[in-house]
Amino acid sequence: MKWVLLTLIFTIATVLTGCEPLMVLDPKGPQAETQAKDIMLSIGIMSFIVLVVFAILIFMLTKYRASKQSKDYEPPHIEGNIWVETICVGIPVLIVIFLSIVSVQSNNIVEATPKGYGDKEPLIIYASSSNWKWHFSYPEENIETVNYLYIPTDRPIEFKLYSYGPITSFWIPQLGGQKYAMSDMVNTLHLAADVPGEYMGRNANFSGKGFAENTFNVKAMSEDKYDDWVKEVKKTAKPLTEEKFAKLLEPGHLGQSTYTGTHLEFLPPPEGENGGHNHGSSHSSKTEKHDNSSETSSESEHHHQ
Amino acid sequence: MDFFDRFAIPHASPAIYASMVAIGLTVIAIIAGLTYFKKWGYLWREWLTTVDHKRIGIMYLISALLMLFRGGVDAIMMRAQLAVPDNKLLDAQHYNEIFTTHGIVMIIFMAMPFIMALMNFVVPLQIGARDVAFPRLNALSFWLFFMGAMLFNISFVIGGSPDAGWTSYFPLAGTEFSESVGSNYYMIAIQIAGLGTLMTGINFITTILKMRAPGMKLMKMPMFTWASLVTNAIIVFAFPVLTVLLAMGTMDRLFGTHFFTTTNGGMDMLWANFFWVWGHPEVYILILPAFGIYSEVISTFARRNLYGYKSMVGSMVIISLLSFLVWTHHFFTMGQGALTNSIFSITTMAIAVPTGVKLFNWLFTLWKGKIEITTPMLYSLLFIPTFTIGGVTGVMLGMSAADYQYHNTMFLVAHFHMVIIPGVVFAMLAGLTFYWPKMFGYMLNEKIGKLSAWIIATSTLLAFVPMFFSGLDGQARRMYTYSESTGFGPWNMVSFIGAAGLAVGFALIVYNIYYSTRYASRDIASDPWDARSLEWATHTPVPEYNFAILPQVKSSEAFWDAKKHGHELFQGEYEKIHMPNNSGVPFILSCIFFVWGFSFVFSLWIPLILTTIGIFVCMAYRSFEKDHGHYITVAEIEETENNLRGA
Repeated sequence: MKWVLLTLIFTIATVLTGCEPLMVLDPKGPQAETQAKDIMLSIGIMSFIVLVVFAILIFMLTKYRASKQSKDYEPPHIEGNIWVETICVGIPVLIVIFLSIVSVQSNNIVEATPKGYGDKEPLIIYASSSNWKWHFSYPEENIETVNYLYIPTDRPIEFKLYSYGPITSFWIPQLGGQKYAMSDMVNTLHLAADVPGEYMGRNANFSGKGFAENTFNVKAMSEDKYDDWVKEVKKTAKPLTEEKFAKLLEPGHLGQSTYTGTHLEFLPPPEGENGGHNHGSSHSSKTEKHDNSSETSSESEHHHQ
Repeated sequence: MDFFDRFAIPHASPAIYASMVAIGLTVIAIIAGLTYFKKWGYLWREWLTTVDHKRIGIMYLISALLMLFRGGVDAIMMRAQLAVPDNKLLDAQHYNEIFTTHGIVMIIFMAMPFIMALMNFVVPLQIGARDVAFPRLNALSFWLFFMGAMLFNISFVIGGSPDAGWTSYFPLAGTEFSESVGSNYYMIAIQIAGLGTLMTGINFITTILKMRAPGMKLMKMPMFTWASLVTNAIIVFAFPVLTVLLAMGTMDRLFGTHFFTTTNGGMDMLWANFFWVWGHPEVYILILPAFGIYSEVISTFARRNLYGYKSMVGSMVIISLLSFLVWTHHFFTMGQGALTNSIFSITTMAIAVPTGVKLFNWLFTLWKGKIEITTPMLYSLLFIPTFTIGGVTGVMLGMSAADYQYHNTMFLVAHFHMVIIPGVVFAMLAGLTFYWPKMFGYMLNEKIGKLSAWIIATSTLLAFVPMFFSGLDGQARRMYTYSESTGFGPWNMVSFIGAAGLAVGFALIVYNIYYSTRYASRDIASDPWDARSLEWATHTPVPEYNFAILPQVKSSEAFWDAKKHGHELFQGEYEKIHMPNNSGVPFILSCIFFVWGFSFVFSLWIPLILTTIGIFVCMAYRSFEKDHGHYITVAEIEETENNLRGA
């Protein structure tokens, strides 16, 4: 029954969009796939509930209309019935328990290195937003891009998200759900791409005048092609200086651009001892190498607390 | 000249200038009309100074309908802008202001006064009381709300509207990124209205706990009264959070504190947390009274007692507790990690259980009933399927891993409109039609009423169901435009048609009010719907003192008992009735609050100090004033009762 419904709904959804699947339901990576599965599963169960409610409503309305009854019919006084109430509580409770189990499992999946990618070293990319652009820093490769993102397929990617300004939300629907980028802490989003291709990425959280155009392009490619691209960038791109980056941060829209070096060196991200607070520090161990200078002083600070 | 510059709109457009002219002309017309017809005295004596809960209820109702119009115009403009790709009707700034004010107006200045209108009018009548516990405080609640609403609404012609979303997340809403006074209006106007709401909460809890008719035990209260009690309990616990939050926001914007800024240790998540610690209970503050209305309407027109009274009460109490335990689901994507998200995911989905119990109880109330489909009943019956769709999508959003994909998208927008419109708006329209004869002494036209109900329900589906799809296709909310290549065009066009349909539906309701006022028969019984609870046991129009003799109650459907089983509601003789005096203080105090708020918005410190003194003077005056109310004599009661019975 569930699968019949699932297929039915999926078909309707597909037909409605002119045979082009909806972006979120057309996953190209393991995280997005987990999420799409959860979505389809919950649509199936929820459709069942909707149908039950509709059926009861239609039954009551056809059977107990005043026009269908004799004039002197007096509806009886009925208190609740313990068995009816138990069923009305019991079945929803079972459904909620089932969905809770699925939800907890999926939470742990999307908050960890994608399944099947555990043996590979994740590629760390710092994605920071400023009004209304995205800056992508590749510390491993020591390059930085603006408003576009190249990633290798079949390798887990750890996005480190933060913002120069309002809260934004980093979202590549076909690779996985979004997460907030904020000015006082770094969030980690685990994604991976299974299939090479071009994907839409955007800021999903309203951040002022230029929000609608606050998008970026994502290109997933094989590891070899990715390495070629990195080599090419290193050969051709100009270095990212502090002055240049300050210019990039100015509010406005920019096209795509590429640099060697990253801004992480002169403007460390708000994590660990550079964070506004001490939460989120569980992720800081990996990144301390970027800010050795402040390490000793902040270590002692931690001890005082 | 520099001084006046600050009052200019930073972002003018012909539409705003036209509105300025329209507002100016309306004000002149009202003043001229009142003077010409010599109605100033009437207005002052009968309305501005009234402490009668019924009149306050009606004033809340008028304000809510006006604000529904304002918020509706915002909505139509938004849908029109998005109807086609790359539309140039509105620019980004204008669109941002419109969706911000749409949200605030609809939640704080439309839905809230609408539920306040029904609670004010119905609760004292339903519990057999003569007024609320603190009538003058009640008047103050209304006038504070009203002045807050007015202050908020002048923002778009003086100084500029807020533009950071109704959630007003910092740092976007801070001075760093929102320089105009728009967000000051947000902080101050909602603060003033919120104070009024908090007072209402205290007032109605006291009223319901202390002023019920003899024999009305807690478990014999009608369901709307129960809903109101639970709602006001939520208000008392949730609104102080908003008060503190807005005070901190005000200090950040005006006095350079750093609660939510990007620098100096400010913490932007703090705003989101506080906002939703208030914001999620707020959702239930809106929906529980609506559930109360549905319970009354469905049992009245199924001609049967409400099925599962005890579980109805229990589920509301559980909802009220859970409402404080789910706020984090508004930002699953803020990086709390899998454990926190899992906990809030489970509490969120758990709310579906008590809500489901209520839904099934309404369905079983229809069982073995004798269903008569009137306009209020039609709204209630249309509510059930539409709300179910909205509700189950809420469970879907509650699954936090999947929420990463729904968050900030049109899917979410579709969800909350599909619960708030059938949940709250349909209920208010049902309540409006249901209680209209008690309020005004004539019925609204049933034919036009049913037509508008059908139009509104189908348009709701048309306007919001496409958003589920465009959301899953990657359309983020609050985008002022999109390109054709995204493929969002058709979805948004259908939404626009739905929005236009909603406009037609609401226009039809206004026409119905006009039509019925003109043509409806004034010769109606005091119980035109053959209803079940005490508010229908008194005369129409309701006399000032509500009940000449306080009713004796034996069950949750006291009036039905009286009608069907010959139970005598009104036992005993007339006695003189003590009633509160009218007072101008609440109105004057609220006017001072308006000027206070305006001075705050524009950092005009001298008027701010003067009005602050004025506020304390008013409160001191009230404290030292000797006002013991007045008595209505037995002779006067007899005369009124005889007149009403004769009529």
